[in-house]
Amino acid sequence: MAFDKMELRDIEVWDGNFAAAQAMRQCQIDVVAAYPITPSTPIVEGYAKFQADNYVEGEYVMVESEHAAMSACIGAAAAGGRVATATSSQGFALMVETLYQSSGMRLPIVLNVVNRALAAPLNVNGDHSDMYLGRDSGWIQLDAYCPQDAYDLNFIAFKVSEDHGVRLPCMVHQDGFMTSHTAQGVKTLTDDEGYGFVGDFKPMNDMLDFEHPVTHGVQTEEDWHFEHKARQHNDLMTKVFPKIQAAFDDFEKLSGRKYNIVESYDMDDADVAVICMGTSVETAREVATEMREKGIKAGVVGLRVIRPFPFMQIQEALKDVKAIATLDRSNPNGAPGMLFNEMAGCMYNLETRPMLCGKVYGLGGRDLTKAHLVELYTELQANVDAGKITTPLQQFIGVRGPKLSFL
Amino acid sequence: MANKGWDEFEIGAMLRSFDGVAATEIATTHQEDRKYSPSNSFTASVADWRIEKPIFNKDYCIDCQFCWIYCPDMSIIARDKKLIGVDMDHCKGCGICVEVCPTNPKSLLMFDEHTDEETELAQWPAKDEKEA
Repeated sequence: MAFDKMELRDIEVWDGNFAAAQAMRQCQIDVVAAYPITPSTPIVEGYAKFQADNYVEGEYVMVESEHAAMSACIGAAAAGGRVATATSSQGFALMVETLYQSSGMRLPIVLNVVNRALAAPLNVNGDHSDMYLGRDSGWIQLDAYCPQDAYDLNFIAFKVSEDHGVRLPCMVHQDGFMTSHTAQGVKTLTDDEGYGFVGDFKPMNDMLDFEHPVTHGVQTEEDWHFEHKARQHNDLMTKVFPKIQAAFDDFEKLSGRKYNIVESYDMDDADVAVICMGTSVETAREVATEMREKGIKAGVVGLRVIRPFPFMQIQEALKDVKAIATLDRSNPNGAPGMLFNEMAGCMYNLETRPMLCGKVYGLGGRDLTKAHLVELYTELQANVDAGKITTPLQQFIGVRGPKLSFL
Repeated sequence: MANKGWDEFEIGAMLRSFDGVAATEIATTHQEDRKYSPSNSFTASVADWRIEKPIFNKDYCIDCQFCWIYCPDMSIIARDKKLIGVDMDHCKGCGICVEVCPTNPKSLLMFDEHTDEETELAQWPAKDEKEA
């Protein structure tokens, strides 16, 4: 069945959702099974329209829930197709059981997650609660800071996930509304360039290979389960980063756009640094530049790859920094916060162990303003000047009421 | 199957049914004569999952193959397009073969697992005139 190609301008004005839908179209997916949920709906809606308008040669399966969406994706991936879908928040939460199935079955599925808060109270706006919920599920997690990233990282996701040395599913995260619904200039690839980058899907152990019958989704107990999980962890720890780096390098050659596993900004001589994800990275970069004009050597570390966690790359980026603040956009609910914990793990054995404090911010779409970050960098510099942490280790930023801090 | 280490097996919760056997060879070989991989469950009996069992009465069978097609566990044994029996190591007693059997009386009926086959064959129900 023939399908039409789409003529794109070199730069299109797209929001993150449409950018992701366009990237999915250009990757020519065999099966998209989806159930709509705000704010990710326009991704699958846009993709469905491409399919209806004959821009896609593939199946679009409407299902009754997100659990069914990922289940259908698992079936299609096991059958031997290129597969993707999108979700957010409550839908992501409903998918969780099947997320573990897809990674454990080593099926390359691309899931666009448009990050949104988790109820209760019900909230449709962006925070990282759903992203954090998926962090132990065995998926690769890539993080976009803007619509351009959301477009580009979809190509990276298919390329890495489908590699026979990897065969692990991959999420592409973008911030709900701030990225997903904010139109910006997005530099495009032509259809041929985009498809050429990801290449034809190469099946592996697929159920439609009737010459070699396989059973997918088997049961193992104490005799085999541990070995399977160990293998999966080993491959996440050792095989994924080289493939991501290679994909980033190839993508730079193709597009001129350079991505890094850890996105360091002004870190060469930084005394103080903020580590964060999503749209906050761009805000922090702007503030860091302004802080340098005030004499504070500020830098920003953005996580581009959340899982596997870039332990060594983070150590390298932060080894000479004196004070770090982590910005967690998910309620830790009784702990210091994921980024704080991971960073503490990274930094603890360094000889130059930087001072570390954690901030919780932006829950349910609350804005992180430049003023918040100015205050934060100033506080980090005060810690450096005092030679010790002068505040509680965990503080909430931007919440109304008496100042909220712990530890 | 040998207890292999984490780095010694194929990735994924996936098992091959056959190792290095051509598909054409599988298709032209009867179930019991195929070279299964060690991870295949063909030699594992699940007979004890069954509460009821089908009994086959060849006197009424018209060899329509409905049971063979519908059996979800490939437990109907047919040779030269004739039903010759049920694979009682893999039949789970679901009763689908009985449900789809079109003869009158049926050529397959479900009985308690411990029922004596000869006894039941001797007292097989007569043709149902209302159905005919």
